[in-house]
Amino acid sequence: MTEIFGVPTQALFGQLLIGLINGSFYALLSLGLAVIFGLLNIINFTHGAQYMLGAFCAYFLLNKAGLGYWWSLAIAPLVVGAVGVLIERTMLKRLYRLDHLYGLLLTFGLALILQGLFQFGFGASGLPYPIPAELSGGRNLGFMFLPNYRAWVIVASLAVCLATWFVIEKTKLGSYLRAATENPQLVQAFGINVPRMIMLTYGFGVGLAALAGVMAAPIYQVSPRMGADLIIVVFAVVVIGGMGSILGSIVTGFGLGIVEGLTKVFYPEASNTVIFIIMAIVLMIKPAGLFGSQK
Amino acid sequence: MTEANGALLAVKGLHAWYGESHILHGVDFEVRAGEVVTLLGRNGAGKTTTLKSVMGMVPRREGSISYAGAQTVQLPSDRIARLGIAFCPEERGIFASLNVEENLLLPPKVRDGGLELDRIFELFPNLKERLSSQGSKLSGGEQQMLAIGRILRTGARLLLLDEPTEGLAPVIVHHIGRIIGQLKKEGFTILLVEQNFRFAATVADRHYIVDHGRIVDMIPNADLGANMQKLHDYLGV
Repeated sequence: MTEIFGVPTQALFGQLLIGLINGSFYALLSLGLAVIFGLLNIINFTHGAQYMLGAFCAYFLLNKAGLGYWWSLAIAPLVVGAVGVLIERTMLKRLYRLDHLYGLLLTFGLALILQGLFQFGFGASGLPYPIPAELSGGRNLGFMFLPNYRAWVIVASLAVCLATWFVIEKTKLGSYLRAATENPQLVQAFGINVPRMIMLTYGFGVGLAALAGVMAAPIYQVSPRMGADLIIVVFAVVVIGGMGSILGSIVTGFGLGIVEGLTKVFYPEASNTVIFIIMAIVLMIKPAGLFGSQK
Repeated sequence: MTEANGALLAVKGLHAWYGESHILHGVDFEVRAGEVVTLLGRNGAGKTTTLKSVMGMVPRREGSISYAGAQTVQLPSDRIARLGIAFCPEERGIFASLNVEENLLLPPKVRDGGLELDRIFELFPNLKERLSSQGSKLSGGEQQMLAIGRILRTGARLLLLDEPTEGLAPVIVHHIGRIIGQLKKEGFTILLVEQNFRFAATVADRHYIVDHGRIVDMIPNADLGANMQKLHDYLGV
């Protein structure tokens, strides 16, 4: 068997793939957090629960309505995003003038309530969700076996991340968003309905979490705790990338997924902590994060 | 369109608050179409708050503000902007994360009849050379030109300019004075907040004196010379 640094290539590439998959979810989730934090100044601790809602939405659509994966990919982000809009209109918008802490407490509380409700209704163990027929199986790349669904997750999340980056950095709509992130009062005084933009931005960020949830359902199963476990790592990713940085959340999301995967190969004992070690080092050297700007 | 007496903007008994502080205590003034009018006064008199109240940017306002016949005192600022009023803030408000072109094109068109980009570049040739520069890289004078330039293409007819000459070199102050004169010729109505009454005297038709959140006097520009002593007393210069 071929080896690299004394590690069989099969194991190395296998872990790299797992790293990329995890990185795809880190990137999608931290991107949503970055977009929301940028404009709303709210640290959305409900994000993990909204990711879980996306997965449950896919599960219900399949088992109650007979609508499969592809339908869920379109419907779940809309449904969960609409719930997000409702939360923004009824609760979050009252907090914008207050300290960060209030938004954090509210969203954290909401996450606990949502997870509690789903745990009460569906238990703590995971519910299975099948891989769509079109993406079952895999291909042998010679050096490793690549399951089709996992390849799809990496490509799709990369595409969604890049499309979001493009819209925010390169389009007219994105220039409104960036300007409103700096000075919402002035942007509104130019004739732009900023409260509506804020509402839709929250809905979009939440929709991204739900999309990630649907994509995760066939890989990790559908369970009430799926978001809570992931979101802690995602917040570390956000801190490393730089709070509110779009490009930072994408690059660090994928990058840290890979680092985590490689750690599993070379020093498995550290694989659960490596991201937090990196976070501590980054905070010491560059407190605003790798891509963040000091305010 | 306008009030019976020909005012494009009529403010009556305007009160405004920031949180608990009561800043404006019944401001009355009006601006006729095509006029350049200044609000003069000491620091903290309420000049900027008056402009921001007209623009709808002060959280709590009472009284009456009517623009082209529409009552605006309770409207949010985006609706007021769409009636044809545009604001250029004292701190310029150039967006650092946008380049010059994006800053220039940011304010949406609210009406027909705004200036074409070519005309704006005629007025401010520097902007054309710096289109791809980041907003944060501009000098103070360039920032001010961009801040004025970007509200000229929206079709707004009433421009609210908050201390456009503050902190700028004399040659740039002179340039901005000429621009204001040309904008007046093109039919814009301008309400200007100024500390520098010597500059105000070169561009304005009338001056309102603001003190302690009220309008205490109005001096036509032609009578400014005869009222110098009074003006010095008001402004404490």
